[in-house]
Amino acid sequence: MNTSQAIAAESVKIKATGQRKEPFSVVNLLSHILFIGITLAMIVPFVLVISISFTEETSIIEHGYQFIPLDFTAKAYRYIFEAPLVLIRAYGITIITTVIGTILSLLVTAMLGYVTSRRDFRYRTPASFFVFFTMLFNGGLVPSYILIKQYLHLDNTIWCLILPALVSPFYIMVMKGFLSKMPFEIIESAKIDGAREIRIFFTIVLPLSTPALATLGLFLSFGFWNSWFPALLYIDNEKLIPIQLLLVRMMQKLEFLTSNSDFISQFGVDTSKFPTLSARMAMAILAGGPMVCIFPFFQKYFVKGLTVGSLKG
Amino acid sequence: MIKQRKPRSEWYYLKKNSELLLLLLPGALLVLVFAYLPMFGVVLAFKDFRYDMGFWHSPWVGLDNFKFFFVSDNATLITRNTVAYGLTYMILTTLLALLFAILMNEMGKRWLRIHQTAMFIPYCLSWVVVSYLALALLDTQNGYLNKVLETLGLSTHMWYLESAPWPYILISAYLWKNVGFSTLVYFAGIMGINQEYYEAAKIDGTSRWQMATKITLPLLSNLITVLLILSIGHIFVGDFGLHYFIPNDAGMTYSTTDIIDTYVYRALRVNGDIGMSTAIGLYQSLVGLVLVVAANYVVRKINDENSLF
Repeated sequence: MNTSQAIAAESVKIKATGQRKEPFSVVNLLSHILFIGITLAMIVPFVLVISISFTEETSIIEHGYQFIPLDFTAKAYRYIFEAPLVLIRAYGITIITTVIGTILSLLVTAMLGYVTSRRDFRYRTPASFFVFFTMLFNGGLVPSYILIKQYLHLDNTIWCLILPALVSPFYIMVMKGFLSKMPFEIIESAKIDGAREIRIFFTIVLPLSTPALATLGLFLSFGFWNSWFPALLYIDNEKLIPIQLLLVRMMQKLEFLTSNSDFISQFGVDTSKFPTLSARMAMAILAGGPMVCIFPFFQKYFVKGLTVGSLKG
Repeated sequence: MIKQRKPRSEWYYLKKNSELLLLLLPGALLVLVFAYLPMFGVVLAFKDFRYDMGFWHSPWVGLDNFKFFFVSDNATLITRNTVAYGLTYMILTTLLALLFAILMNEMGKRWLRIHQTAMFIPYCLSWVVVSYLALALLDTQNGYLNKVLETLGLSTHMWYLESAPWPYILISAYLWKNVGFSTLVYFAGIMGINQEYYEAAKIDGTSRWQMATKITLPLLSNLITVLLILSIGHIFVGDFGLHYFIPNDAGMTYSTTDIIDTYVYRALRVNGDIGMSTAIGLYQSLVGLVLVVAANYVVRKINDENSLF
């Protein structure tokens, strides 16, 4: 058997064994133990918080926080859902900003990423500089604060939660990295067929960018869902508080829920029985849970969609 | 006779690129309003801003705002904190993420998915939610950590009233939340490497250590440097959420938790000091800019291919 045949045979063997790259070894075992440790470290705090949210208030005061509820109860959730207006409104604001924000941001990101990735675009260099320079220098917190509050008057509207966050240079970089790998011939042939640029973008480029759009869409929706900073700065109106700001206020003032006027008026009962300790953990679960549940569905797009390129080229 | 082509006017090109320019327009407008307009706002750093006089008519005060900040002890403290934390986060995240990504690449698909999902979950959460998780562990009365210390016969801590343990807590929290994301980015980078390199190396009997150091790392160097240059710019921009919510904005911890961002926020929201807050923000932005440009310059000198711009 000559060498080339041997190599061919060997590579067939490698292909046949597929994913199980290496047989059992000490290194493999150690790396498995390492990763199992990490996975546990990532999960354990959630288990604790979930357990607290299901524990009877008196049991917490007596025994402290425990990994397994000594006195199981769903009272905290029952109380929260009995007076759902506060929560529903907060969820509503968060969902609206997340949906509108993600869609608009994806569109703008894709457009900027696409145009700056087109090698035949005459103003590509100045346009790229214009966008990416903001990654290197910014005016800081205060000028934006004054601009949004005093000049654009966006405070206490949902737009202050959406508009300033629409363009993120890093995501444009990811988009650009992804699009620059797309064969230019596709666009060129469409142009020869007489398609207009905007049509090409919407009917060819966007559908081919699904992995990048899915990945960025997920990150963007995390960003909007988890956003508290603009709300902290610009929202005073109780009706416009997103869920994260609700949590912030609860953290700063444990009795926030029980002192919230809407909450009390809905209850019409003695709020002193309210299980504050477990209820705030329940709120944390309700605020963080949806994003944790969404992630696994997007995972398959991740590796393809997450290509960070350089600003050049 | 060769007929010389008339040079085309800029109008011609504008028209030719008009549709692409149209695609650019919405994003460019947003960038202009929300990123460039505030840049002009930095002149407030040289003014004594008064709400009744507004942006244009507030009196100029020269460098007073900077002086006021830099003569206080706070300047050194928060600069030191910001840079020290930024550097630690950057170095530890990069090293751990690379290690995890390389190890993951060796793993079977089923396990990979489980670990990847678990590692990524914290990244889906906001610092606000994480601060509740931290509270469950650190709460003085009911916190799990104090319970563990008690059972072990060690002395318990009032975590939110002490400054010494916070560097460890903050670094752990940062890594816990962010290492999964960085691992994923590097893992995606490794997946992008042509598998034939590894197959060829395997046939040559290359060890896995050699594959990691001789194939994976060199081929990832571009990605690593781009991400490093970007995060060097962020050394001077602290993680506000982490440093504000995890210590629960507790005054006793400021000496080890306060960074430029939290300081500016308090100067603005608690003291309403517009001038000084802008001045610190400008100082932060300028140093960040210098750091990125310098880092990029150094990288370009060493290997042009790897630079960011």
